[in-house]
Amino acid sequence: MKKIAIASIAIMAAAAAALPAQAEVSDDIVKIGILNDQSGVYADFGGTWSYEAALMAVEDFGGTVLDKPIEVVTADHQNKPDIAANIARQWYDQDQVDTIMELTTSSVALAVQGISKEKKKIDIVTGAATTTLTGEQCSPYGFHWAYDTHALAVGTGGALVNNGGDSWFFLTADYAFGYSLEEQTGNFVKENGGSVVGSVRHPLSTTDYSSFLLQAQASGAKVIGLANAGLDTANAIKQASEFGIVQSGQRLAALLFTLAEVHGLGAEAAQGLSLTEGFYWDRNDETREFGKRFFDRTGRMPNMIQAGTYSAVLQYLKAVEKTGTDETEAVAKALHEMPVNDVFAKNGKVGANGRMIYDMYLMEVKKPGDMAGDWDYYNVLDTVPGDKAFIDPAKSGCPLASN
Amino acid sequence: MMMIFGIPIQAFLGQLLIGLINGSFYAMLSLGLAIIFGLLRVINFAHGAQYMMGAFVGFLLLSWIGINYWLALLVAPVIVGITGIVIERFALRRLYNLDHLYGLLFTFGLALVIEGGFRYVYGSSGQPYATPDILSGGVNLGFMYLPIYRGWVVVASLIVCIGTWLLIEKTKLGAYLRAATENPTLVQSFGINVPFLLTLTYGLGTALAALAGIMAAPIYQVSPLMGSNLVIVVFAIVVVGGMGSIMGAIVTGYMLGILEGLTKVFYPEASNIVIFVIMAIVLLVRPAGLFGRDV
Repeated sequence: MKKIAIASIAIMAAAAAALPAQAEVSDDIVKIGILNDQSGVYADFGGTWSYEAALMAVEDFGGTVLDKPIEVVTADHQNKPDIAANIARQWYDQDQVDTIMELTTSSVALAVQGISKEKKKIDIVTGAATTTLTGEQCSPYGFHWAYDTHALAVGTGGALVNNGGDSWFFLTADYAFGYSLEEQTGNFVKENGGSVVGSVRHPLSTTDYSSFLLQAQASGAKVIGLANAGLDTANAIKQASEFGIVQSGQRLAALLFTLAEVHGLGAEAAQGLSLTEGFYWDRNDETREFGKRFFDRTGRMPNMIQAGTYSAVLQYLKAVEKTGTDETEAVAKALHEMPVNDVFAKNGKVGANGRMIYDMYLMEVKKPGDMAGDWDYYNVLDTVPGDKAFIDPAKSGCPLASN
Repeated sequence: MMMIFGIPIQAFLGQLLIGLINGSFYAMLSLGLAIIFGLLRVINFAHGAQYMMGAFVGFLLLSWIGINYWLALLVAPVIVGITGIVIERFALRRLYNLDHLYGLLFTFGLALVIEGGFRYVYGSSGQPYATPDILSGGVNLGFMYLPIYRGWVVVASLIVCIGTWLLIEKTKLGAYLRAATENPTLVQSFGINVPFLLTLTYGLGTALAALAGIMAAPIYQVSPLMGSNLVIVVFAIVVVGGMGSIMGAIVTGYMLGILEGLTKVFYPEASNIVIFVIMAIVLLVRPAGLFGRDV
């Protein structure tokens, strides 16, 4: 009896000693939280479909990492930073969540990145746009994946300025994201010899834009820049066509507009729009295969936020596997070092400020008659090289990158 | 060029007209809300959801069976009105004798369920709904380009508002309705089916919301969320006009629409709260509302 006890203790000790070398996964589970808007103006942007994309990434990875199960949890932050902060704290403190991703809406992303930094957890933002995330408020454990306001300014703004759109009027959503997008696009326009003749700030989720559109019309600007997103942009575009704005020669620049919103607006109203996205399903065989799988699960094609979330989850799991642990410092280091090569990004690299740098695409929405199928919305006009699209990390204002 | 408050008079006129157009929607919606509150004493928070349902039913009728805008203008309110009747008959009726709060909570919950259901199926970025051909395009008024459809909205809303007001205030049916809310027992003793009248009233109120919804469909994205912000604004309008005052709701709807439109020019950031500021002031100075009777 005594011998057996000693033997079993010895075995246990040996097993315990062997464990750290093999794998260190906190709580024996890798838990990924997808936190975004699932009921508000941005619910189509990523929404529950981002959660679905995360599940796809986990399945494609094999369902386990370092022989431990992977779990994805999700919640709706309702675009409110306070609600998001509460959920993030609950997830980190009580529910053993290792990392939070998606984080649509800049104000929310900034709040959650702050908490993640304080709690030493990794966050990967795919749904929010502000460059502040990888600028003044960057975090050693914070990453910004799909797109940002700078990329949109360079992509869509650049395309229009090059085509003679040298005077701009902005219709701007009245919060951090809108300001950031307006400022960067405005700067880009000015640097390229154009001018900004005015702007008007509207509250989030405004339904009627006619008043603002009349002001934009009266300004005589050649381009009306829509520095808003989601349903707000869709409504503004729809009403601009109603008021004959495009017909009378002014052009609309939907600075942040994705496949999901184009689909909602319909090709009839959206045709001819220029926009910048980091992903389009109909670009090559690999993206088509991914798009089809996503479509079979959700009934829609993925946009850059959903595909970006897939990529972020996959890359996180690769980093955990590579380092043999889910410990934050080690995984963050690996994420900074590893190139990103998947269906979403090719040869993507992560800057010292946490910005994932990869090529984006300038698209144009097809005319309804030119569409070959339900989701055949884009002509890919141009590639926006990563180094142009994103701010040089050394100049981003992020203290971590400035040495 | 002549200026008013620092902006050219032409721009000012344009903004007044825009305000009037938005006021048309407010008037139609607050009218339904005021009727339901005035006659049933129910604060119908599902009104925004019913407005949204009107737009969606119009969209679905078009995309499933090809029913056009004009027919949908009749059919969609009837369909949504019937759902209203079912709700009143089987649920809302049980709450009449309780505190107003129960009706409010019930309809609020109902709105969340309806909106959540539509969002689950259709997502949030909305569905397209084309303007009918005969009303597309616009006319140049000199000071602004007026889309014909928006002009139609103003005219139609005036007709609907005045028609409904006449129905309630000037017809026999309206007289029964008003009497039934004053003293249901007495009216019932005259052989009038009061519960049926109340059911009809709720049906009418929801049909009005749906009518506003289908009229809004070509202007706004047909989205599950289209009514959720609106209902709060419209509720504030009813409070400003005087709870239950039908004429008050109509006039205040147009007035606050115009005021909101002007705010969008002078201080756009405040455009979503200006109506609530007015509401607070009215409640302080004249708690019964501008057109309400003092209790």
